[in-house]
Order: sequence, then structure tokens, then C-alpha cells
Amino acid sequence: MADTVLAGDLRAYRIVLGSRIRSQRAYRFGFRLDLVSSVLVGLVELAEVLVVYAGLSRGLGGLDVAAVVLVFALADLGFSLADMVVGHCDNLSTYIRAGTVDVFYLRPQPLLLQLVTSDISLRRLARVAVGLAALVAGVAVNDLILDARTVVVLVMAVVCSTLTFAAMFVWAAGAQFFLVSGAEATNAFVYGGRYAASQPASVWSRPLQAVFVFLFPMAFTAYLPTLLLLDLPGSGWVPGWLGWLSPVMTLWAWLMALLGWRFGVRHYQGGGG
Amino acid sequence: MSVTGVPASRARPPGPSGPVEALRPYWRIFVAGVREQARYVAATLGGLLANTVFGLLKSALLLAAVASAGGSFGGYTAPQMATYVWLGQGLLGSVDLFGRSALAGRVKDGSVALDFLRPVDVQAAAVVSEVGRRVFALLPRGVPSVLIGAVFVGMAVPASPPVLLLGALSILLGITLSVATVYLVAVSGFWLVDTRGVQTFYMVVSGFLAGLFVPITLFPDWLLVLAWSTPFPAMLMFPIDVVSGRVGGWSAVGLVGAQLGWLTLVLVVGQVATRAGRRRLEVQGG
Repeated sequence: MADTVLAGDLRAYRIVLGSRIRSQRAYRFGFRLDLVSSVLVGLVELAEVLVVYAGLSRGLGGLDVAAVVLVFALADLGFSLADMVVGHCDNLSTYIRAGTVDVFYLRPQPLLLQLVTSDISLRRLARVAVGLAALVAGVAVNDLILDARTVVVLVMAVVCSTLTFAAMFVWAAGAQFFLVSGAEATNAFVYGGRYAASQPASVWSRPLQAVFVFLFPMAFTAYLPTLLLLDLPGSGWVPGWLGWLSPVMTLWAWLMALLGWRFGVRHYQGGGG
Repeated sequence: MSVTGVPASRARPPGPSGPVEALRPYWRIFVAGVREQARYVAATLGGLLANTVFGLLKSALLLAAVASAGGSFGGYTAPQMATYVWLGQGLLGSVDLFGRSALAGRVKDGSVALDFLRPVDVQAAAVVSEVGRRVFALLPRGVPSVLIGAVFVGMAVPASPPVLLLGALSILLGITLSVATVYLVAVSGFWLVDTRGVQTFYMVVSGFLAGLFVPITLFPDWLLVLAWSTPFPAMLMFPIDVVSGRVGGWSAVGLVGAQLGWLTLVLVVGQVATRAGRRRLEVQGG
């Protein structure tokens, strides 16, 4: 009896997921182009980094071309995984402005869990594939030997990177309750943070380092783990060993995110509908 | 009589009636309008913040690259590179590298049929009104970005009035070209209905080939040829090179001429596509 109920639940879930995937494929040409574009986004972002490093024989910020592929890969994989799971939070500011967020409050489920829907987007899966391919390429071009230490650092990096970017999405969503139409202000740190994550933190000025190393721990998502993987020294405020603190900084990011979210949800007064 | 269940005495608040009472709704609407505009100020400030953060990160990386390359990188000295970064950030609110437009939605839901009934050319009306909005965006977004860049990073500023005049023309052409190209994205909806795929594709390709994140002079030859065979460099890279004076004299005039050529081509294609699309347009419902 319990078995059949479970089977029924799973079947319903499969049907919903199937319908979502079919709906994405309804406009065939648009869907294919969308998929191609998602892959292209990753390639273009990689090209933007490579084009700069290819012209520099002495490297940049203590990294060479091979090392920067690894930085890009960790940042990209973490971001695209986070985007796949909690990227929908981006839509919250639209819901708030339209007043439709009230509906979410009425349902007997936590608001955040509702936003993280089962809306599996094929486009976002394609994006993850690019990040994964870049990581494999990064490991290969740096001749990394996959011993225990390297594997530990890689796993720590991917997990912390994903969780940190996810925290950024949640933090930004919480801030929308106050900003209403200020999505661009949080974009400065969510998408600006993604851009910062694939740069060597050593080229930043002190104020930039304060913001993107310590306040929003973007350097901990890719640059600092890469220093650990390649045994590079780092510089000034961002020494090589700092990467070991990635889990701590991930907790910090989530503390900010959940506090911001809690204040936001409590602050919301309703759309008056 | 109270249809809504609200007692009649509460439906109209007590107080003196007369001209003051009659004006109250308009006052309320006025206040709401001011507050709405204030929201846009917040959004503008948010956009400026995003512009500035991206600009600071971009200039940190590219100026470090100039230093590492020994003073000149891809044909840019440090002040020229700073100018490239901050002019680019300033133009980002005006040059359309995102590809979204209200028209795309109107083509999808069929309300573009109403636009065809109006006694104005659909393409001209759409492009001109959008260019108007985007030229205005230079004030709240463009000018502050450039000022922030000038104060925090330092820039190469052209001195001669003719260069500035040519630069202004080049900026206007760049904005118009981008809007006219985004118009093509919207009218592709006559055939595709859903243009999100085309729009995403436009967003990805245009920023890269227009030289938004790195100057296209850094591209390898094959990629440079690819970029030059699209209108995208003429939207952002050309105006920046003309205004900053990095490309001067007759070469600068040549760039503006190339912009004019691209604009003509894109407008003609848009006009042809609009006429063909009009014949294809099928509006459902009563």
C-alpha cells in the first residue's frame, strides 16, 4: 500500500518535471538557440580571461594562463551550480513589485523553499556542463596529480564555491524586500561578485579586497583554492594559506544571507491586494 | 445602498466638500507619481553602483595587465585603458547590449497589430522612442560613471572640440545602431514567436564582440576578423576609440563612416523584415 502511494507520488513528480522540460522545448528553434547561448556564455567568459592572459608572457597577479583556467573553472562551476538551484531568487523583485509574492506567504511551506522550485531548467544544466568541462581542462593543463590533498582541496573548493554563490543569491533576495526595484544594486555584488571571482585578488586595491575577499568572500570561491592547489604564495592581504579558511567564510556568507532573508521576510508588509 | 458591504457613511470620508475635496485625488496621484519617480532614482543609483563595481574590477585587472606588459597592452597605454574602461561603463546604460525590448512582447502577444494601424512607421517609431530614452540615460548613468572613473582612476581626455564633436556623433550612432539591431531581434518574433533564445544569443555575442570586457584589439586575428564582420564593434568600441582620441584624424572619420554604413544596412534589413513580418502576422482571438 505504502509502496503504491510512493510510486504514485513519484509518478506525479515525474509528470510535472516532464511537462516543464516539454514546455521549454515548445518553441524548438528558440530552445536550441537558448541552449547554444548558455554554452556560449561560459565559453565567452572563459575567452575574456584567456585573451588577456594570452598577451602577457609574465602572467598577471601571480597567475599564468594555465592557473587562470583553474580559477575560472572553480568560479564558473560554483556559480552555475548555485544558479541552477537558487537562481530563481532573482525573480523575487518582480514578484514583490507585482504583489504576487503574497501568494507564497499563504502556502504552508517556507518561502525560501518555494522559491527553490523543482523548475529544472535544461539551459542551466548546459551551463553546469561548461563549468565541469573547464575544471577537467584546468586540472589537465596544470598537470595536477590527484593525490589526497589535491582531491580534498578540489572538493572543498567546489562545495564552498557553490554554497557561497548560493548565499549571495539568497542575500540579494532578502535585500529586495527593502530595495523593491533596486535589483541592480544587489547585482553589483552577485554578478559583480561572479566577475570578481574569476580574477586574481592580488591585482585589487585594498578597498576592493575588503569588499570581495572579506565582506563578500568571492576570492575564497576560486582564486584562493587555486593558490592551494598550485602551492602559490599569494600576496599582502591574501596569502596562499588563507584558502584553508574557505569553509569558515562560507559560513559567514550564509550567516549574512539568512539574517538578510529573515529581516526581509519580516519586513514585508504585503502588496495590498 | 451599499453593494460592497461598506456602510455608505464610511465610503466617503467626512469633511468639507468643495474644490479642496475635489483636488485631493489628484494630489494623491501627484504624490504617488513623485514617489514612483523616486523609486527610479533608487534604481538609477543601483545601476550606477553596479557600473562602478564592474568598472573598478575591470580597470584593476586591465591596468595590472598594462603594467605587466610593460606600459602598453593591445595598443592601449594606462590612461587610454582607463578611458576605455570608464567610457565603456558609462555607455553601457545607453548602448543596448542586452537585446530586450517591449516590441518583442508586443509581437508575441499580437498587440503589434495596433502599432500597424497607427499613422506612423512601426520601425521608425520604435527606434526613435528607444533612442530618446537611451540618450537621456547618458545623464544619470553615463556622466557619473565617467566622472567616477576620472576621479578614482584617471583618464586620457581629448582636448580639441572637433574630436569631441565627432565623438558625440559617434556615440549617437553607436546607440542608434544598437537599438536598430535589437529591433531586428524583436521582429524575428514574426517568424519565431518566442524570441528569448535570439535575445540571449544577442546578449552573449554583442557584449563580447563590441569589446565590453576586453578591447577587441586583444583578440587573435581570426576572432578580430569575426568581430569586424559584425555591427557590434561599431556600437561600443568605435565610439570609445573616437572619443578617447586613440584613433585620430581621418581614421576616426573612417570609423564614423563605417558606423553610418552599418546603421544603413541594419535599418534597411529592419524595414524589409517589418514588411514581410506584417504579411505573416497572425493575431488570434476576437
